[in-house]
Amino acid sequence: MSATAITPAEFGYIKGLVRERSAIVLDEGKEYLVSSRLAPIARQEGVASVGELVNRLRSRPGSTLHHAVVEAMTTNETSFFRDPAVFDGLRKEILPDLIRSRAATRHLDIWSAAASTGQEAYSLVMMMKEHFPELAGWRTPIVATDLNEQVLAKARAGRYTQFEVNRGLPAPLMSRWFSRAGAEWQLDREILNAVQLRPLNLIGTARYPQADLILLRNVLIYFDTETKRQILSRVREALRPGGYLLLGASESPLLLQSGFERADIGRGGCFRAV
Amino acid sequence: MHALVVDDSRVMRRVVGRIVSTLGFDVLEAGNGREALEQVAAHGDAIWVALVDWNMPEMDGLEFVRRVRAVPGNEDLLVMMVTAQTGAEEMRAALDAGADEYLMKPFNEEHLRAKLALLGVEAA
Repeated sequence: MSATAITPAEFGYIKGLVRERSAIVLDEGKEYLVSSRLAPIARQEGVASVGELVNRLRSRPGSTLHHAVVEAMTTNETSFFRDPAVFDGLRKEILPDLIRSRAATRHLDIWSAAASTGQEAYSLVMMMKEHFPELAGWRTPIVATDLNEQVLAKARAGRYTQFEVNRGLPAPLMSRWFSRAGAEWQLDREILNAVQLRPLNLIGTARYPQADLILLRNVLIYFDTETKRQILSRVREALRPGGYLLLGASESPLLLQSGFERADIGRGGCFRAV
Repeated sequence: MHALVVDDSRVMRRVVGRIVSTLGFDVLEAGNGREALEQVAAHGDAIWVALVDWNMPEMDGLEFVRRVRAVPGNEDLLVMMVTAQTGAEEMRAALDAGADEYLMKPFNEEHLRAKLALLGVEAA
């Protein structure tokens, strides 16, 4: 058996672990995903195969290795309106504040970093159209970037499976902005056109887009401290004064980078540029 | 607080009922729209959300939504269709009739939890 092949029992174990820790369900047929995501961890752990990695997990319940495996399996996981508390915070506090502070220029730049297949950026567009009709006369470009060209191609197409639209997309918005396309659902061109999709590697040399609101949720956790520091420094340069940075609920820039203050919005992970 | 699970399949009632009970609800069941209306009449405001299949004998889910919304006092009852009807027209019809959310079968536990979160229910 090759180093990355995985047996049904091993797949079942990982599936159970990921489900238990994250509520994310790995359907049958995702064996390749488990293999490809866990192979680097197996190498890092110094074991010869993904199967041996699973043996190690089984023999050491509750270890930090379990956490690393769950994180590896949940990278790129995205859904429409992921974490409703964040979108509540955007709707009730962040966007109203930015609309007030940017009223003179009527210009609001938004950057969805690590955008994956686009659901975060498109959720924002739908929310803005639904709740902020006053923005119709503004320039509100939304830039969505990801390292991975394949996920960007999917985002560009705007076509989602039933599985993807079942996850957290409010039915009234789905009814308004999606149409059936065979077994899938097609997002309306008006929403797609509001987002500019671009490849960008956060640890590459390309300039970060300037923005008033930056969403970088659940991304920094995958980097070491020095890389986090470098990314946050560049994020701070890209974020205009008074702008907002949204990280994952458990993430913070405060110990690594000056120029941010905590904004007490949602369940944490929200910071303002000062 | 109660969640009313309406489905003519006992298996589906059990599956949905198990998930909502983990969120802290006491589960009531009905096998069709008519029985569901009886449950709403009997329990009133104690039912916070009804999770309703579409295709059922005697009275289907869409008719249940229309009728339950026609009764004064039921405005606050949250209604989520949980159905194998996956067309855009059906979804629109259910929302127009007064459904608050719409979950397409097949679904998994995470989908149901995410939809309930949209209605304001968070896992305990």
